[in-house]
Amino acid sequence: MPAIEISPAAHRILQLPASLLQALLLLAAGAAFLWILRRRLQLLRAASPQPRLDRPGRRLLRLLVIGFGQARQPRYRLAGGLHILIFAGFLILSVRSLGLIGEAFAPGFADFGPAYAASKDWVELLVLAACATAACRRLLLRPARYHDRHATESHAREALLILGLISTLMVADAVYDGSGLGLRGETGGWREPLATLAAGLLGGSETTLLRAHLAGFWVHNATLLLFLCLLPLGKHFHVLTALPNVFFSKLEPSGAVKPPSYREADFDSLESVGVGRLEDFGWKHLLDAYTCTDCGRCSDHCPAYAAGTPLSPRMISLKMRAAAYAHYPVFGPVVPPAERPALVGETIGEGELWSCTTCGACEEACPVTIEYIDKVVDMRRRLVDEGRLPATLQKPMAALEKRGNPFGKTARQRGRWAEPDGEEEPLLPALDPGEAADVLFFTDSAVAFDPRLQRTAAAFARLLRAAGVEAGHLGRDEVDSGHEARRFGEEGLFLALREQNRAALAERRFARVVTTDPHAMNALRHDYGLERPVLHHSQLLAELAADGRLSFSPLADRRTYAFHDPCYLGRHNGQYEAPRRLLAAIPGLRTVEMERCRNRSFCCGGGSLYLFNEVECERRMGEIRLEQAVAAGAQVVVTACPFCLINLEDAVKTSGREGEIEILDLAELAARAAGLATPAAASGG
Amino acid sequence: MDIYVCVRRVPDTSEVEIEIDRSGRALEEDDFSWDINEWDAYAVEAAVQLKERLGARVTALTVGDEDDEEVLRRALAMGCDQARLLSDDVFAGADSWVTARILAAAMAEPRPDLVLCGAVSADQGRGQVGGFLAGLLDLPLVALATDLQVEEGSARVRHEVSGGVEHLVDLRLPAVVTVQTGLNEPRYVSIRGIRKVAGVEIPVLGAADLGLDPAELQPRVVTEELFPPPQGGGAEILTGSGEEQVERLVELLHEHGGLV
Amino acid sequence: MREILIVVPGPGDEAAELTAAARSLGEVRVTAAVFGADEEAAADLAGLCERVVVFPAAPGGVFDGEWAAAALTPWIAAEQPFLVLLAHGNDALDLAPLLAARTDRPMLSDCLEIGLRDGRLVGVRPLHGGKVRARVAAVEAAGYLATVRPGAYPAAAAAAAAGQVVEGPAPTGFSPRREFVGAVAAEAGEVDITQAEVLVAVGRGIEEEENLDLIRSLAEALGAEVACTRPIVDKGWLEKSRQVGTSGRTVKPKVYLAIGVSGSFQHLGGLKGSPFLAAINQDPAAPIFAAADVGIVGDLFDLVPLLEEKIRERRG
Ligand SMILES: Cc1cc2nc3c(=O)[nH]c(=O)nc-3n(C[C@H](O)[C@H](O)[C@H](O)COP(=O)(O)OP(=O)(O)OC[C@H]3O[C@@H](n4cnc5c(N)ncnc54)[C@H](O)[C@@H]3O)c2cc1C
Ligand code: SF4
Ligand code: SF4
Repeated sequence: MPAIEISPAAHRILQLPASLLQALLLLAAGAAFLWILRRRLQLLRAASPQPRLDRPGRRLLRLLVIGFGQARQPRYRLAGGLHILIFAGFLILSVRSLGLIGEAFAPGFADFGPAYAASKDWVELLVLAACATAACRRLLLRPARYHDRHATESHAREALLILGLISTLMVADAVYDGSGLGLRGETGGWREPLATLAAGLLGGSETTLLRAHLAGFWVHNATLLLFLCLLPLGKHFHVLTALPNVFFSKLEPSGAVKPPSYREADFDSLESVGVGRLEDFGWKHLLDAYTCTDCGRCSDHCPAYAAGTPLSPRMISLKMRAAAYAHYPVFGPVVPPAERPALVGETIGEGELWSCTTCGACEEACPVTIEYIDKVVDMRRRLVDEGRLPATLQKPMAALEKRGNPFGKTARQRGRWAEPDGEEEPLLPALDPGEAADVLFFTDSAVAFDPRLQRTAAAFARLLRAAGVEAGHLGRDEVDSGHEARRFGEEGLFLALREQNRAALAERRFARVVTTDPHAMNALRHDYGLERPVLHHSQLLAELAADGRLSFSPLADRRTYAFHDPCYLGRHNGQYEAPRRLLAAIPGLRTVEMERCRNRSFCCGGGSLYLFNEVECERRMGEIRLEQAVAAGAQVVVTACPFCLINLEDAVKTSGREGEIEILDLAELAARAAGLATPAAASGG
Repeated sequence: MDIYVCVRRVPDTSEVEIEIDRSGRALEEDDFSWDINEWDAYAVEAAVQLKERLGARVTALTVGDEDDEEVLRRALAMGCDQARLLSDDVFAGADSWVTARILAAAMAEPRPDLVLCGAVSADQGRGQVGGFLAGLLDLPLVALATDLQVEEGSARVRHEVSGGVEHLVDLRLPAVVTVQTGLNEPRYVSIRGIRKVAGVEIPVLGAADLGLDPAELQPRVVTEELFPPPQGGGAEILTGSGEEQVERLVELLHEHGGLV
Repeated sequence: MREILIVVPGPGDEAAELTAAARSLGEVRVTAAVFGADEEAAADLAGLCERVVVFPAAPGGVFDGEWAAAALTPWIAAEQPFLVLLAHGNDALDLAPLLAARTDRPMLSDCLEIGLRDGRLVGVRPLHGGKVRARVAAVEAAGYLATVRPGAYPAAAAAAAAGQVVEGPAPTGFSPRREFVGAVAAEAGEVDITQAEVLVAVGRGIEEEENLDLIRSLAEALGAEVACTRPIVDKGWLEKSRQVGTSGRTVKPKVYLAIGVSGSFQHLGGLKGSPFLAAINQDPAAPIFAAADVGIVGDLFDLVPLLEEKIRERRG
């Protein structure tokens, strides 16, 4: 036992007993923290309802995997690894930090035994190293991800401040521990390297050691409380909100968009729709904004950002948070909506909102499960309600309303794809009301009317016929699925289209629905809630191949094929395997994977109404994607979505790669391999 | 300020294979989809923007039957204050002249400060109603407005004249202005927007309400017969020497108004 | 002999075509009304018709529908011509219906043909953007008014025998309710192809940016605007505002001449109102030919200069 009492609890500071000082500090910091937090919660309470308490078991699981398990961090090796270290350190050291607070009241409170002391010392060392590396990255390497093209201010300073505070905590604790070792005349050795190092640096004088001991203690405790109060002022709020945010995250499939209102089921009787001001967001969407760590992974994966459109998803969160902090200030009254800049149109530009393809790459990448698609759709709903629809979209939207397809074609023309010139019988019969088929082929508008896509439908129909599948389509009774109408915010139009399709479907008997358009599949599954199974043609074809009802022979060419995962097939509906199984069923087909494949797939530019929606950009998404395919060594890109086909074929032209690389739909490839003749491709578009 | 906008419901025939019905004077309408005449949508938008800026009362008018009420709803959804459906059995077969007379009668009370019409309609393409109205109401006319600024009692209008030129003119109000597409960007009307005005009452005014004597409503022009234009169906690929082909092309271009 | 008044707001082919339309009705006496024409212009007109009435120009020296109506109404009331004819253009929209209302005459608008039956005016006019034609007839009246589509009648040749030139009176008691302020030059770079009646559309077949001059010069000869496909805009060769298609402008011209354009679905999606569609493309299988009314299969670099030459020849 040392000659003097070394616990800080026994030492007065500025004449004050340690317990009193600590109590005062706690009180002050606690009051400040609660005051700020109250303001933050006030906005959440003013926000719209959002039911996020259902299925607690699944929520807990998500919390464990994505929250505590940090499952999404390793996508970025270095940054993710560092974060896992810092997070683990945070968990281990929070015990220590609480111990040190208690130490001011009860000597020995912070003593959790030698094993803990050793592990926390090592962790501190690692955290310090992680902080230093992170600071170097911020200061020296400056990864592009941290500098958003659209950002008006840099958050590097805040990041450095926080890293500094964390380092201060580590160093202060090391000094405290090291001086404690010295005062007790002990050595830590390799068990406590950091404390030992500090002890070595401090030397042997008892007074110095004691001073350092007390200084380390109070610096640590004061910094900790300061840190706590700083959290809800900046991006490190996530330290507190990230875990709840993961717990409350969206459990519905990402392809399902939120309803316009959770309170009122009848769309027409809503007083207002969509989001026009901060409080119109659901509370969880505002919690998202508090939680965004500004890591930039969303924008790093966002095709719209890569293409140089006005959109950067991260900026949506940051701008929402800045607006939240400005309109619900820590001091002073809440700014009334009339005095704020318009949230939609000013704070968040219309161009940003119309640039999003709802591909979901951002949501898949975000380590703290922040949602974007629902927010974008909600803001678009408001724009549409106010008549602010981009001019190029007005015609297709009106055509959807009047004619049931964005091209303004007549219903009579809808089934014509199945009657190509030179065929005696239709490739697939149109089912009249009351008729039945095993499989109902839902074409959706683009496939029904675009001559290029009609060829994919024809190839698919030939495959169905060859496999002896009893199938039919809705003919002139089908209208657009409304998938994009809904995602462009025109909910009323979507509901009207859905009603027509539901009626057409109800009049016919079938066991399963199949579609070559993942968007239509997504609509039928998640927007329509169709009871019967809805398959993508890749699934049905893979099934037919597995059952031996379709057989393929090797293709004559020796080219390399790559599969491009369509967003609404892969990310939004989790179907990565069926198309690959189908490719594998073609003997001798040489395939490669692109770097961004499966759930990291890169959107080709969006479908349906997106074809009409020309947003300003530097490069087209399709061109970027094509380059990725070329980089992977592909000579043929196989897609499974009509719009991927259109966009990528367009990219082949615009990047002057005609003859170098070919784009094919799975059905076309399968028809080739099955030896089913398809008429030669017409040149041009 | 009282603004009247005259609108019309027209069929979209762009993708339709036109068939003439048995009467020979009308078209099979099965595949038609109907909407507000494009030019009229610009006129409505112009009126609503004036209202938003200067506080006018905007009344939308159409001559037709209950099916045509749809375009009045659209006008209301865009922001018109009120609408009148001018409908009567004796209006059947109205030509532009009779239409203009009916519209003029509907503007008797209150007198207009400004009358806005689409310059032409997509189906008939006659471009007459605005000019007839100006004559009937004895108001000055400007056709094909591409910009419209209104101030107390006067309007400055930019409009297209022949030869690809535009003129600026000052109008003393009241006046009739016919509107060219591109004057503004008509706002989008969502399905919800239409439904919101579904309950607004639209008065139906007949000849008696308008003080019109059916005898005065005799059309001045009658359509006797519709027929398909010569040729059609796939491209005629020109043959002969390059010179001959080009000469024939020049001929055809001229015939279709391609040399301006 | 029937008296026909042709109203000629400005110079151009109009007068000759209107004269031809008037003379197609049989034995007629044609009077041309012009506003503020100089001697030379009046003499040119006199070579076409029996009489030329030169009315004073409107204040500002430009054509003004309000002024013209005020000047012509009393003249028509006094002279009672059987028919007043105008060319169906922008100026006619500004004047013809107003004049018809003021003079209380039945009016046929935008006629491709005019004729007489039992002393009444009949005509053929296009409906639905040219997809159908209608035979229309005016009811019996003392006089008629009609507008004729430019190009519908081949220009009449000027006769050697010159008609007389007289001065028309200025409108009396005219107090302008409409005043000319000035002409507006088209804003540079800001073209509005959606208004154009004739468009020359160019596609990737043009190969190089410099070659666009071929197209520009052809368009100039035609009096057309230049439009294009998206790849041309992508390359930065032409403004976005000239792009026709689903993600560009929707146009509704009367005539569309597509040169080196394949005719993709996205491009043709922007073409409405059934124009007369002519295509020049070297690929006989190009989809554009499925949509076109007339086509030439061949190399645009040979055909375009030839075409321009023939057009200029024809124009004199
Ligand atoms: C989402 C999306 C939206 C799109 N939106 C539009 C749009 O709004 N507008 C649009 O135009 N496109 C649009 N596109 C592009 C469209 O799909 C086509 O790629 C494009 O229209 C083709 O342009 P083009 O006809 O100029 O080129 P090409 O298709 O390459 O055709 C060039 C043609 O020129 C002919 N040719 C070549 N040399 C000569 C010669 N010497 N003489 C004569 N003929 C020759 C060739 O035979 C060929 O037919 C869009 C594409 C996508 C994916
Ligand atoms: S959904 Fe796709 S396009 Fe939209 S913000 Fe996210 S990553 Fe970008
Ligand atoms: S939204 Fe998620 S991925 Fe994007 S910056 Fe914020 S925390 Fe990172």
